[in-house]
Amino acid sequence: MGVFSRSWVAVTVALFAPASIAQAELSLHVGYLEVEQDLPPTLSNLDPVPEDNGIAGALTGLQDNLTTGKFLGHSYEMTHVTVPLGDDPLAAATALLSQTPYLIIDAPAQTLVALADLPQAEGALIFNATAGDLDLRDTDCRANLFHTLPSDAMRTDALAQIFVQKRWRDLAMITGTHPQDVSYAEAMRRSLTKFGLRLEAEKEWVFDADMRRNASQEVPLFTQEFGDYDALILADELHDFGRYVLYNTWAARPVTGSEGLTAVTWSPVIEQWGAAQLQSRFEDAHDRDMTSQDYAAWAAMRTLGEAVTRTNATDGETLRRYILSDAFELAGFKGRPLTYRDWNGQLRQPIALAHPRALVAQAPLEGFLHQINELDSLGLDRPESQCEAFQ
Amino acid sequence: MTHGILRLTGVRRLRDLLHHCFKNTPAGGAALLLSLAPAQGGEIWVTNEKDDTISVISTDTLEVIQTYETGERPRGVTFSQDYSRLFIAASDSNAVQVMDPDTGKILNDLPSGEDPEQFVLHPDDVHLYIANEDDAITTVVDTISRKVVAQIDVGVEPEGMAVSPDGKIAITTSETTNMAHWIDTETQELFANSLVDSRPRHAEFVKDGTEMWVSSEIGGTLTIFDTATQAEKAKIGFEVQGVHPDRVQPVGFELTTGDTHAFVALGPSNHVAVVNAETYEVEDYILVGRRVWHMAFNGDRSQLFTTNGVSGDVTVIDVASRKPIKSIKVGRFPWGAAYRPTP
Repeated sequence: MGVFSRSWVAVTVALFAPASIAQAELSLHVGYLEVEQDLPPTLSNLDPVPEDNGIAGALTGLQDNLTTGKFLGHSYEMTHVTVPLGDDPLAAATALLSQTPYLIIDAPAQTLVALADLPQAEGALIFNATAGDLDLRDTDCRANLFHTLPSDAMRTDALAQIFVQKRWRDLAMITGTHPQDVSYAEAMRRSLTKFGLRLEAEKEWVFDADMRRNASQEVPLFTQEFGDYDALILADELHDFGRYVLYNTWAARPVTGSEGLTAVTWSPVIEQWGAAQLQSRFEDAHDRDMTSQDYAAWAAMRTLGEAVTRTNATDGETLRRYILSDAFELAGFKGRPLTYRDWNGQLRQPIALAHPRALVAQAPLEGFLHQINELDSLGLDRPESQCEAFQ
Repeated sequence: MTHGILRLTGVRRLRDLLHHCFKNTPAGGAALLLSLAPAQGGEIWVTNEKDDTISVISTDTLEVIQTYETGERPRGVTFSQDYSRLFIAASDSNAVQVMDPDTGKILNDLPSGEDPEQFVLHPDDVHLYIANEDDAITTVVDTISRKVVAQIDVGVEPEGMAVSPDGKIAITTSETTNMAHWIDTETQELFANSLVDSRPRHAEFVKDGTEMWVSSEIGGTLTIFDTATQAEKAKIGFEVQGVHPDRVQPVGFELTTGDTHAFVALGPSNHVAVVNAETYEVEDYILVGRRVWHMAFNGDRSQLFTTNGVSGDVTVIDVASRKPIKSIKVGRFPWGAAYRPTP
């Protein structure tokens, strides 16, 4: 499904609190840069990606910041810039950076790195809200680049933990061919090794038929060769073929990974830990469910808001130091305070293990211990990370 | 009560005999009865958030003696001063329901604003201050005329509610804004806003209203304010052995007789802390059910009843020995608790 092309427009949202409460003494301007990406077609259009995916979360975060800010004399505004397909995202980023050093970005990994390396981005605080690539938290990390979306490895580690807990030791995997699928599969292999599990068999999904009509005939044959295994992993991050695999496998085994039992940043089925309030606030404002990208953009906006609230400052150096300090904590509706890893700028967070109807568990699961913080059993821990930009 | 006397023993028996003797005598007898009243039998009313019911527990038998249906997702709960009316925040019904506790019948709904969560009854016994969690508003309702008196803009996700004993100040805490908002009840306007640690959940005025305490669930602390200046006076942290600090999450709390100690529910750490209210030191941790939430004392504050959301039960704590003595199964996800003496 292609994304509608729009002209490169900047929309500034400035919602001001009633003047009666406090005069704004501090003001923070946040830029939201959305680089449109060409999404390949998928077998089914049942779940289209929302047009305002990500930005809607930033707007809810902005509203939260404004409500808090009005009691403190802090105001916030956001400029939303969309870069249509084919346009130069770096030119748009440069223009935006001339207005504010605080950016939330919806763009692929290579664009993020190039953007963070712009001379104008020195000293900026850039939040990656949509790219899960592990390299961005590792060898490609940048001192001005923070990540509110979990890395793919955090999500695959979460699944590996539940495999261990359920004693699903022998796994099989079907991998799609899109770069996102390949990257997810790589993260999964790493996680399986990390937690001592075995990938018994792996196949690539190369069909180009329309599975809506023949999944029941193709999938059993396709999965018959796997022999016996405990669970089937799907690396299908664009949600192309995965939905047709469930209940069509040769052996009756649970399906997990990109479909079935998934490890996600956020899901409409999360209602514990006060999440029901965030969900309903979001739904009221945007008439749809909150996605993982929305959550990551919300968390980025709230990170900035929380830093301004607590430091009473808007300069980049103060905010960056505070965000990376022990004093920082974000109440992110996941049952424990969220903080940043000071070795690569990744937001530490529990990962939901969910199917479309309910939350199954939340990683880190009980029993996965860590000498400092159990949340660091997910993703790149300090000794594993090759990131040096934060030292 | 009269039929039960023979089965009672010791001090309680004497107390109940006195109660029985003076029950129908005027003036002097009534005064004596009042001073003895807290020792008489009573009930703890517990809202079950995911069962849309209220469980009534007898403080004598420690058993559920009655279950009443409520509106959707009942949370905050409190009695009028004469215990003739019970106010229930039925969050998903967007109403505060008024129940006749003698019959379990809903008398009427109060206009509460959207998604009422917690509330507090003003000492005038008329005005209810309600936190509207979805709307960043505190609604003030006249419970007699059933009219909204005022709506006050507060921070995101208001929850904890308190009112000073003299009735002059009301407090709303907002979970995502992380503040305690101080409301002048005369003008119904905010006169101060105090930042606290993440996700403030509950507030209480302590020591005749000279102090105001706020719990912060995600911050893991209890902040103590001097009411006169709204200045922060102390901050209390908690440490439960074998539980990661992230999971030690203070929520509801209540003060013992004379406000000497506070019992603080610590959420998913499954413990209740006992805090010395003079030194602000934590003296004890008591193991209770899973995800302990709110609590209520019995009449003489010798027993404490905690609502344990995840395990769906109520733990009874003996206050003197600080030991849990019983778990009582109630409905799904018990949330709020309120005490009334047996009528």
